[in-house]
Amino acid sequence: MLEVTDLRTHFFTFGGARVVKAVDGVSFRLREGETLGLVGESGSGKTTTCMSIVGLLPRAGRVVGGSVLFEGEDLTRKSQRELRRIRGRRIAMILQDPMASLNPLFTIFRQVAEPAFFHQHLRGRTLRERVRHLLESVRIPSPEWRMRDYPHQMSGGMRQRIVGAIALAGGPRLVIADEPTTNLDVTIQAQYLDLLKDIQRETGVALIFVTHNLGIVAKMCDRVAVMYAGKIIEQGPVRALFDDPKHPYTRALLGSVPKLGSKEPLYAIAGQPPNLADLPSGCAFHPRCPEAVPRCATEEPGDVHLAGGRVARCWLVSDGLTRS
Amino acid sequence: MTQFVLRRIFYSVVTLFILSATIFLIVRLTGDPVALMAEASARPEDLDRIRQQWGLDRSWPVQYATFMQNAFKGELGKSFNYRLPVSELYFQRLPNSLTLGLAATLISLLIGIPAGIISAVKVNTWWDYAAKGVALLGLSIPGFWLGLVLILVFSVWLRWLPTSGAGDWRHVIMPALALGWYFAASMLRLTRSSMLEVLGSEYIKLARLKGLPDVVVIAMHAFKNALIPVFTLAGVNMVVMVNAAVIIEVIFAWPGIGRLLYEGIFQRDFPLVQGVVIMAGFMIVAINLVVDILYAVIDPRIRLAR
Repeated sequence: MLEVTDLRTHFFTFGGARVVKAVDGVSFRLREGETLGLVGESGSGKTTTCMSIVGLLPRAGRVVGGSVLFEGEDLTRKSQRELRRIRGRRIAMILQDPMASLNPLFTIFRQVAEPAFFHQHLRGRTLRERVRHLLESVRIPSPEWRMRDYPHQMSGGMRQRIVGAIALAGGPRLVIADEPTTNLDVTIQAQYLDLLKDIQRETGVALIFVTHNLGIVAKMCDRVAVMYAGKIIEQGPVRALFDDPKHPYTRALLGSVPKLGSKEPLYAIAGQPPNLADLPSGCAFHPRCPEAVPRCATEEPGDVHLAGGRVARCWLVSDGLTRS
Repeated sequence: MTQFVLRRIFYSVVTLFILSATIFLIVRLTGDPVALMAEASARPEDLDRIRQQWGLDRSWPVQYATFMQNAFKGELGKSFNYRLPVSELYFQRLPNSLTLGLAATLISLLIGIPAGIISAVKVNTWWDYAAKGVALLGLSIPGFWLGLVLILVFSVWLRWLPTSGAGDWRHVIMPALALGWYFAASMLRLTRSSMLEVLGSEYIKLARLKGLPDVVVIAMHAFKNALIPVFTLAGVNMVVMVNAAVIIEVIFAWPGIGRLLYEGIFQRDFPLVQGVVIMAGFMIVAINLVVDILYAVIDPRIRLAR
């Protein structure tokens, strides 16, 4: 359903004098009803990947290569006008901050109704009914009543459910959730994730779940893609990848998850994430990689396809393959 | 909501008290009005008589108390120069000033808001640079110079418009333009920055993600939010234009309040200056009150807060 191939999105600042390769050769596929987790540190290109898919990049950003095939159409070739008919209708997105995602001056009804109003051209009583149904599906109590409220009258968790209802309003086939629970309390987080799963079961919508929380990935996702410095350095089915990570970065990431009750100091990956405008030569992770070999500093590894639909981008993996 | 309005009214009254005391003191620092009221050959006894006649021989606190007492009754004193009640003079001139102020406000809104929106939507393009240029010119070209240029071009060369005075709508065009220009520039800058802030917000991102047409995103989602500070400025600007368009009114010989104030200052006409300033202050405070209440109407967070 969604096939992203070698997507490259760069940011050009200072009149093009500085180029930041925020997304640099990202490829992944997503099947109908599947959930893909997109994980990585801040600034690894997760959000830019999502924004490239929906065609809403900041002014300085541009997709410079690759394709985004969604239900057979290349979204990178579409005009804003055509994209507008896809956004909110076939692809929806949930943003990070529920407190800031809703317009403070409009009622809940109006904000939830907009996609159905503009895309499905619903009006009057049908529209009202639709909004009520949507609010019900995200478990807003007494929706008939709450839809007259304004965002400031609702809690963070409720607002994020409203944002969820907005995402569903156009009847999308793909929902991209960009760290939707980062700003919620832990208990509310769990509720919200359950809600998303239930909705997915009911509607069969595909989900891209952006997060830096590996626990959420384990709970929510079928497949996971790990991003580092604008590239997907490893991807595969969640279980297999968590049980047997191939890339040293994935191993480090999994190693840095705190374990409940453990007295051991938290493992941290040495060094800082690289400057995207001035990437290290070879593999971008090599300066921080505990297992780096000389080749890592000079040549960039390519995708290595492994059994079970797994892909890793590391010389150790490809060399290991050739050796065995 | 009621409590909100009551609190605002209280603040307004305090503001007016401070203003009245300040202007009362400041006019008295400009010198002795009696010297200008009497003939040059007047003897000291004559001056004393005039002083006594106008109550200027009493101490300042007593004068201030009398002034405030009368002000509460709606009486702002009698002009030294015109020998008429200040309020009568003020309300005589008010329609002219309102006409000019409204026209200038309209011009500033019609130029400032659309240009500010375009400038924000097309940030860092030629549109934006052009708008910034207009704003810079508006803020840096003095109104009196612009007024003189307008007179030169449209009255002297083209002979389209009358040079000065008040009459039909043609008399309003040039002073309103000269006056509104400066305010259009500040309106533009505020609209631009306010719009930019709103356009960068998450809810605008979400509105775009809904696939809404740009017109809806900008005109409804963004503009309504960006409007709040613009409204405040427009309200205050209008009061300033009505009451303190001194230079423009003098240039175009517009018989408004600005010119009345100008005459009052030159004649050391204490009651006149005090009266005009108090009235201006009263209007600014009133407009601010209205704007605050309008906020509450626009913004549910204020309206529904207890």
